[in-house]
Amino acid sequence: MAEPKKKKKLDLKRREMPKQSPDVRRHNFDEVALGYSAETAVEEATRCLQCPKPKCVENCPVEIDIPGFIKCIAERDFATGVRVLKEKNCLPAMCGRVCPQEEQCEETCVLVKKGGQIAVGRLERFLADWEAEQGELEMPEIAPPTGKKVAVIGGGPAGLTVAGDLIKLGHNVTIFEALHKMGGVLVYGIPEFRLPKVIVQREVEYLRKLGVEIVTDFVVGKTRTVDSLLEEYDVVFIGSGAGLPWFMEIPGENLNGVYSANEYLTRMNLMKGFLFPRFQTPIKRHQRVAVLGGGNVAMDCARTALRLGAESRIIYRRSRQELPARLEEIENAEEEGVIFDFLTLPIRYIGDENGWVKEIECLKMELGEPDASGRRRPIPIEGSETIMPMDAVVCAIGNSPNPLIAATTPGLEVGKKGNIVADEQTGKTSKERVWAGGDVVTGAATVILAMGAGRQAARSMHEYLCSI
Amino acid sequence: MFKLIAAEMIVPNIHLLTLEAPAVAREVKPGQFVILRAEDDGERIPISVADWDKEAGTVTVAVMNVGSTTSRLASLKAGTSIPTVVGPLGNPTEIERFGTILCLGGCYGIGSIFPIARALKEKGNKVITVLEARSSYLFYWDEKLNEVSDKVFYITRDATRGYRGHVNRLGEIIKSLEDPIDRMIINGCTYLLKSGSDASRPLGISTIVSLNPIMIDGTGMCGVCRVTIGSATKFACVHGPDFDGHEVDWDELLQRRKTYMSEEVVPLRTSRCEEHMG
Ligand SMILES: Cc1cc2nc3c(=O)[nH]c(=O)nc-3n(C[C@H](O)[C@H](O)[C@H](O)COP(=O)(O)OP(=O)(O)OC[C@H]3O[C@@H](n4cnc5c(N)ncnc54)[C@H](O)[C@@H]3O)c2cc1C
Ligand SMILES: Cc1cc2nc3c(=O)[nH]c(=O)nc-3n(C[C@H](O)[C@H](O)[C@H](O)COP(=O)(O)OP(=O)(O)OC[C@H]3O[C@@H](n4cnc5c(N)ncnc54)[C@H](O)[C@@H]3O)c2cc1C
Ligand code: SF4
Ligand code: SF4
Ligand code: FES
Repeated sequence: MAEPKKKKKLDLKRREMPKQSPDVRRHNFDEVALGYSAETAVEEATRCLQCPKPKCVENCPVEIDIPGFIKCIAERDFATGVRVLKEKNCLPAMCGRVCPQEEQCEETCVLVKKGGQIAVGRLERFLADWEAEQGELEMPEIAPPTGKKVAVIGGGPAGLTVAGDLIKLGHNVTIFEALHKMGGVLVYGIPEFRLPKVIVQREVEYLRKLGVEIVTDFVVGKTRTVDSLLEEYDVVFIGSGAGLPWFMEIPGENLNGVYSANEYLTRMNLMKGFLFPRFQTPIKRHQRVAVLGGGNVAMDCARTALRLGAESRIIYRRSRQELPARLEEIENAEEEGVIFDFLTLPIRYIGDENGWVKEIECLKMELGEPDASGRRRPIPIEGSETIMPMDAVVCAIGNSPNPLIAATTPGLEVGKKGNIVADEQTGKTSKERVWAGGDVVTGAATVILAMGAGRQAARSMHEYLCSI
Repeated sequence: MFKLIAAEMIVPNIHLLTLEAPAVAREVKPGQFVILRAEDDGERIPISVADWDKEAGTVTVAVMNVGSTTSRLASLKAGTSIPTVVGPLGNPTEIERFGTILCLGGCYGIGSIFPIARALKEKGNKVITVLEARSSYLFYWDEKLNEVSDKVFYITRDATRGYRGHVNRLGEIIKSLEDPIDRMIINGCTYLLKSGSDASRPLGISTIVSLNPIMIDGTGMCGVCRVTIGSATKFACVHGPDFDGHEVDWDELLQRRKTYMSEEVVPLRTSRCEEHMG
């Protein structure tokens, strides 16, 4: 009698991705995570159970066929894997690196309960990097020209996605970007050591090759209004992000040495301040830097300060558990030696006689009842004031959409926080022929959500363009 | 890329550059500025627009050579190109029929006050222009400014033209006029903006200054340009650059402008002879 077929033994060991060691990487701006080798990728892919009803897919905002591309890796058919991936995600090299996987695809992987969830993000990154190593990217088929003209405002992930989708459908696409470089937060915000800029450049070049016209140094609302673009273009997509920095609004905020995260990161990333004076935009080399906030932005600032040689700390008003940053980046920051002051609230900056910040006064907090966000509300402890010496403070407590476009576009409905109101399914705004998506609609969110919104808007825009 | 149509050092250390930037030329209004980069990977710096030609698609700026980017701009020859000219940024200067206006300009502000004076004149105002410089050889655009002003006064430190001294002579000039001044507008270095505002405060003349804090993006994204006006923090690039000169926290602005003093100005101001004499 034939023995009953033995079930494959569960392999619960998530394959580690090699990283630069903390001692080395805290002195350089090179990428921290080095990516899987083909061998490790295949091993990791082989662990996937190929669930018939894959839970992982349900929690990916763009519904990538996760078992599909993983199967290709297991079978070493990387080229097909790339194709499967790109059906749903045009920027996999970025999502593999920066998606908060632990609360998306990997959170719902059936193996998560046993602690062996498949490293979906790392596998995604592996495929995208493999494709890049092959040299020329595969060019997709482009539909015959429709003669319809599309204006995309903003060169971040939302705008890039819309442009990529609509150019393939045969429309004529122009992106207008306010800064001198494309990529949005991917270039001016997220640091080189987490997302190398060549990857963003590669995607932008790819769009250019597909025929997308790219106009940088063009501020919509200033250089030209949306209404003026509508005279020349059939449709407009607004993907201008959430670029307006919030400050604490506490005494001393305008002292020298108090930066917004946007300023700090822009000087570093967009303007390559860390190479000053070889590049011209200056950046101070501070001894002690405090970063306020607990999200990805805060981690990026703290790790940047560290790499510039500072003693770098994160001041966060809740506890470690509530940190909104990606887990991997929190761990990286800890390994590199960023100091965390939890349950601490800055209340005042104290300056020296030259107008430079020299100290920061904080209160200790304790956690009370959960608030609207479901997280426990921090409550100040009376009489717990402490003063810490500090040469610089980076405020990374959040951003909201820049009002510039909304203020210059009559007929465009705007929400309370300055976000543009758009239909969740289609991205259509209250204004005829205008769509919007990404952070400008949702407030500061994630790369993959911005891309997802771009994809949906592109679909709706295409339908409209075909109907006229 | 944005082509340099003309480049000239019009007076010592001040360079007039005319750039091909049709999109900016089409929209720009008096009091607005552009952000320039002189080379790839160069710094972004804000510069006021001093004149423009919609038809030709050009804008003209007056740049004072004070640091690395401005000295790079100063070295450029007509026919070359620079990678960034973005704008027009900031709000235009308010142009209404106010009555009699005093336009005060110094250094690069002599250039940038010109389109403001012109627009005010066209609006039917009486325009009194006061120009301030260390010495007479630093005045430029004399003819242009005379054309759009009812009267032009000069103040020089060395009395080589007009009044001797600096803005402290403003009170006398105002008193010598037959009409009361309804509004004063100042363009130029921070000290001129501040001392002009100080001079007009006791006279009760409402005073508008074009502030010049450090900027990066010029669109409200970085917050480096924040200034205190009254008790509120404003971003000069989006809420300004024009503000009520009597409300500005000048000490803070002067401090904030010095943020990168040691990194930028010191290396430039020393002659670095020692480096060349090996
Ligand atoms: C430091 C930092 C770290 C982050 N880390 C992560 C992470 O690890 N994982 C993750 O998923 N997300 C992360 N995010 C969030 C993510 O980057 C954003 O949610 C995403 O980039 C939003 O994309 P977007 O296209 O809507 O906007 P953006 O990326 O902000 O792009 C908007 C673009 O529009 C341009 N623009 C704005 N106004 C105008 C105008 N008037 N005219 C023309 N152009 C204009 C801007 O210059 C910009 O280039 C991070 C954000 C920051 C700041
Ligand atoms: C709205 C506005 C309009 C301006 N218009 C003109 C103009 O028409 N003509 C002109 O010559 N100058 C103008 N300026 C000032 C000009 O931007 C600075 O002189 C220039 O940025 C200095 O750059 P740099 O690299 O040559 O000097 P740097 O070596 O960078 O610095 C020299 C000094 O200039 C100041 N400075 C540095 N960076 C900036 C900056 N980004 N913005 C403002 N000040 C800075 C600081 O005090 C610094 O110490 C304007 C500034 C603003 C904000
Ligand atoms: S796009 Fe993001 S959420 Fe979707 S599979 Fe990739 S890493 Fe996971
Ligand atoms: S849920 Fe996990 S095991 Fe199942 S298909 Fe998705 S990644 Fe593979
Ligand atoms: S220059 Fe960045 S906000 Fe004003």
